[in-house]
Amino acid sequence: MSDVFELETRSWPGSYGDEAQPRVGFFTDTSICIGCKACEVACKEWNGVPEDGLRFTGNSYDNTGGLGADTWRHVAFVEQRKRVGVGDGAGPGSLVQDAALSQLADGAGLDAQRGEDGFRWLMSSDVCKHCTSAACLDVCPTGALFRTEYGTVVVQEDVCNGCGYCIPACPFGVLDQRKEDGRAWKCTLCYDRLKVGEEPACAKACPTDSIQFGELDELRERAHGRVEELQAAGESEARLYGADPHDGVGGFGAFFLLLDEPEVYGLPPDPVVTTRDLPAMYRTAVAAAGVLAAGVAAAFFGGR
Amino acid sequence: MGSNMAENHPVGFQWVVEAKKRGAKVIHVDPRFTRTSAIADRHVPLRAGSDIAFLGGVVNYILEHGREFREYVQAYTNARVIVSDDFRDTEDQLDDVGAAQSGEAGCRAGGKPTGLFSGFDPDSGSYDVASWQYKGMEVGASAGQREQGASVGEQAHGSHGGELDHGEAPEEDETLEHPRCVFQLLKRHYSRYTPEMVERVCGVPREAFLEVAEALCANSGRERTSAFCYAVGWTQHTTGVQYIRTAAIIQLLLGNIGRPGGGILALRGHASIQGSTDIPTLYNILPGYLPMPHAHETTNLDLYADRNSPPAGFWGNTKAYVVSMLKAWFGEAATPDNDFCFDHVPRISGDHSHYQTVMDMLDGKVEGYFIMGENPVVGSANSKAHRLGMANLKWLVVRDFTETETAAFWHDSPEIDSGETTPQDIATEVFLMPAAAHVEKDGSFTNTQRLLQWHHKAIEPPDDARSELWFMFHLGNLVRRKLAESSDPKDRPILDVTWDYPTHGSIQEPDAEKVLEEIGGWDADGQPLSDYLPLRDDGSTACGCWIYAGCYGDGVNQTARRKPGSEQTWVAPEWAWAWPMNRRIIYNRASADPEGRPWSERKKYVWWDPDEEKWTGEDVPDFTPDKPPDYVPPEDAEAQEALRGDEPFIMQADGRAWLFAPNGLTDGPFPTHYEPQESPFENALYGQQSNPARQQFLRPENPYTPSDGAPGAEVFPFVLTTYRLTEHHTAGAMSRTLPYLAELMPEFFCEVSPELAEQRGLRHGEWATIVSMRSAVEARVLVTERLEPLTVQGRVIHQVGLPYHWGRIGYSKGDAANELLSIALDPNVHIGEYKAATCDIRPGRRPRGKALNELVERYRREVNVASRERSEG
Repeated sequence: MSDVFELETRSWPGSYGDEAQPRVGFFTDTSICIGCKACEVACKEWNGVPEDGLRFTGNSYDNTGGLGADTWRHVAFVEQRKRVGVGDGAGPGSLVQDAALSQLADGAGLDAQRGEDGFRWLMSSDVCKHCTSAACLDVCPTGALFRTEYGTVVVQEDVCNGCGYCIPACPFGVLDQRKEDGRAWKCTLCYDRLKVGEEPACAKACPTDSIQFGELDELRERAHGRVEELQAAGESEARLYGADPHDGVGGFGAFFLLLDEPEVYGLPPDPVVTTRDLPAMYRTAVAAAGVLAAGVAAAFFGGR
Repeated sequence: MGSNMAENHPVGFQWVVEAKKRGAKVIHVDPRFTRTSAIADRHVPLRAGSDIAFLGGVVNYILEHGREFREYVQAYTNARVIVSDDFRDTEDQLDDVGAAQSGEAGCRAGGKPTGLFSGFDPDSGSYDVASWQYKGMEVGASAGQREQGASVGEQAHGSHGGELDHGEAPEEDETLEHPRCVFQLLKRHYSRYTPEMVERVCGVPREAFLEVAEALCANSGRERTSAFCYAVGWTQHTTGVQYIRTAAIIQLLLGNIGRPGGGILALRGHASIQGSTDIPTLYNILPGYLPMPHAHETTNLDLYADRNSPPAGFWGNTKAYVVSMLKAWFGEAATPDNDFCFDHVPRISGDHSHYQTVMDMLDGKVEGYFIMGENPVVGSANSKAHRLGMANLKWLVVRDFTETETAAFWHDSPEIDSGETTPQDIATEVFLMPAAAHVEKDGSFTNTQRLLQWHHKAIEPPDDARSELWFMFHLGNLVRRKLAESSDPKDRPILDVTWDYPTHGSIQEPDAEKVLEEIGGWDADGQPLSDYLPLRDDGSTACGCWIYAGCYGDGVNQTARRKPGSEQTWVAPEWAWAWPMNRRIIYNRASADPEGRPWSERKKYVWWDPDEEKWTGEDVPDFTPDKPPDYVPPEDAEAQEALRGDEPFIMQADGRAWLFAPNGLTDGPFPTHYEPQESPFENALYGQQSNPARQQFLRPENPYTPSDGAPGAEVFPFVLTTYRLTEHHTAGAMSRTLPYLAELMPEFFCEVSPELAEQRGLRHGEWATIVSMRSAVEARVLVTERLEPLTVQGRVIHQVGLPYHWGRIGYSKGDAANELLSIALDPNVHIGEYKAATCDIRPGRRPRGKALNELVERYRREVNVASRERSEG
């Protein structure tokens, strides 16, 4: 199946042979996120991630801040004023609005044109993207970071030596060093739970199914359907983020349905695997070294 | 409305999200833009405390435009009943009597109707309901009946139909044209609740109001239904009960009761609060909504049964319910000769509700107090009154997970900070008993939709922590042992009570399923009941709570059923167990027309099968199973047999839903907009400012802010509303102590609009001090457009939002918002007005120690000076 082919990563399923499992991931549908943060708490509870400080940020209802060594799920809250006119066609409630407006027109001679500034409160639960092309994996010198048989990316805490190379390598700033032990930590997509046939803790806890866990090809299909549904209902800005296998990281294992530009949620609009240019750079460097070596050789031998 | 469901009921909200995905429109009418508003199709902000004006506007819209579901209203409500000639509506009385004579501050009657119904006694601040009756059944002059009228407050739960004879109101007009019929009275009562008036009172632009009203009407009728969800945003007002009544009127007019997708969903405040109403922790009801007997009025079983058994409807069996309950409680000791131990049941003599008890403590009338699963110093209005009250006790028992602010009141409080008192001055002996959490014990939760869901113990409670069941059972045993030799008659109830639950495990935990079995009841042969129909008044049946009869049917714990929804019908009758009789929608006879046919194919639910000659459908029919739609009761019929085949509201004596409530309510047969106890606005609709029957406590510990028009009101110019956040649970003892929850909402904060911040110099992220007549608290400032200034009566009004979770103890600490609130209550149910008060807000932290009291004192003086100037000027 071509879908499955597109999901393929460098080490999955190839290196697992018969042990390879279908690639799994998250589809986070932010259009139905209610910002309850159950995912944050369930993640910390299950994975024993430490509490990381009582800090009132004043940033809407987000006192977590962002993903980090001690935060593997993070709910962003965006308070947004956006122009939404009554007249934008098949928008939600348009039937009702039309009826109300005609009532008004008959009635007190009110100004029925109510193009007002709409107010939105967007919520979105962020997580490690488990990239198809994962730079963190590429740069890890110890093999602590590895691609699991489920196609997910996991740091082995007993192998990580805290070198920190993976941290700048991540195009999303997901990987982070825990000050107390120097090691790098991030979402494991609950590797231990997957091993026993359970879904990850965050997805299990999510009351509205904003976080959906499953086989990636099925999730992508479902997500495309949902976007169409929302767009048909007037959410013209509904879009998928990270579902495209041809993007800069070869598609995310954990992708999102957003209601606005990724930047609005604090996500990079066009992430690129940071090791993309390494082979070319390496080839260039090797070539340069070769030329240099040839020159040096020429200088030595040519002089005779 | 009145609910922030996404934040406070996130698990239940999944079904709203599901419904929205299937095309339902979600409208959120609420003072604040919350996480619920974020998901809703439309958010309409309104001024806190003005919901009846909004809902009354919807009633008016429906009636004005003829949008009611006519056949439903005609057949199933009391719209056609003619009301007594003595009844006077709020619209009927221009100035004179009531308001003017009550001499109450803030009452102005000039030009506007007074806003009082007939029967108001300004001296007692209460109504005599005699004139609210149906025509032809006016309460006569007999002494007994008068007494009942006067004590409606305590007997309200038992008033299910008064003096109706066989379900028929004496005079009716089926055309609904008679000027004294309920329908016409209703129309008149709400005729001034126009979109313009809604805009003026609520601060909701009329376009937005019309959009909501039209949406409701367009989505109701034969083919469609709409539901209301509410929570404490409606109940916590001095007119709270009437908020819900207004919604009930709307839903009845639109035909949205007893039908799938309809209804009014009361989202309860915590797990099993519904259960603790069904099997009550309330002072004035017994299990299954049986009224508590009164010390002087219901002196024996027959009198009690008589008083509470209307001639028609299922309350006609009250005696069977109460006798079965007594048999469950007292077993062998309960015999026909001793009235089945009816005299063992405690009596009430008046109001013994929560706040009245606090007042009694302040007056030194209470010796000891048990507080279980409650932290009133943080969670109840006027924290200081609670602390002062508890300081007057001899002993106090607090059961909780950790030491709460309530348990610590004697050594850690603002009064100790200020030097008003010291731990040495407080003689109360405090016992702090560790409690087990819900995962550490077996038991059931009863939720919003009356669903009993069993939970199994996952782990043993740590150390000395024990379940409530363990505590009560073993405490009972200790007391019984102490009294074993007693011959004092007052000890008989404790010695006669059945107290033989088996225990198990090393901690001797009583078997919770045995308690459930007793609640579910047994028939005359000792077999578990499967429903309440077999209950008898001769002592042959025993049942702890008649509406729960059958929860242990077939000897099986029905509440523990866990069949997935995908393996059964869409009504999911095999998931847990719903009271009564595992019915998922009550009054579901109303989902069919009077002839017993579904109103529409799309909304069919329960219907009459003429071939089988019985009611059938998706759910357990809420009707006598073989009573045909054309059944007419014979003259001598009683209880449910006295209701016709087309009367679905089987708990009512007339089998109909009440648009007009002739009894059962203390503050009016129709809901009426009154301003909150503390309001920056005058009542635009009536001379009467606030609910005339509201319960106030006029004493130094509980000073009220004057309302608009009264001198000093301007000292507290902003509306204050309190609420909860997803991240914390109620008074915080279960969440502020937990690092993973505390870090999500680490500090007490106030939410203000950018405009208010600008006006008062409040800086985002810094501190503000919020002041009321009672106290002052400090909170971090969260400036947000989610709080929108509203234009009310031509004036811009700002609302200050305060989550009430914080207190002085725990991992995340802060001031308690309830320090600010006054105690002013709904007269029907004694619930406080936590959702709408007035305050001032200023930048910076609050003063410490004595200086805090001085600040509050300065504000009070300002109010007093204004009062004096007014009276001199």
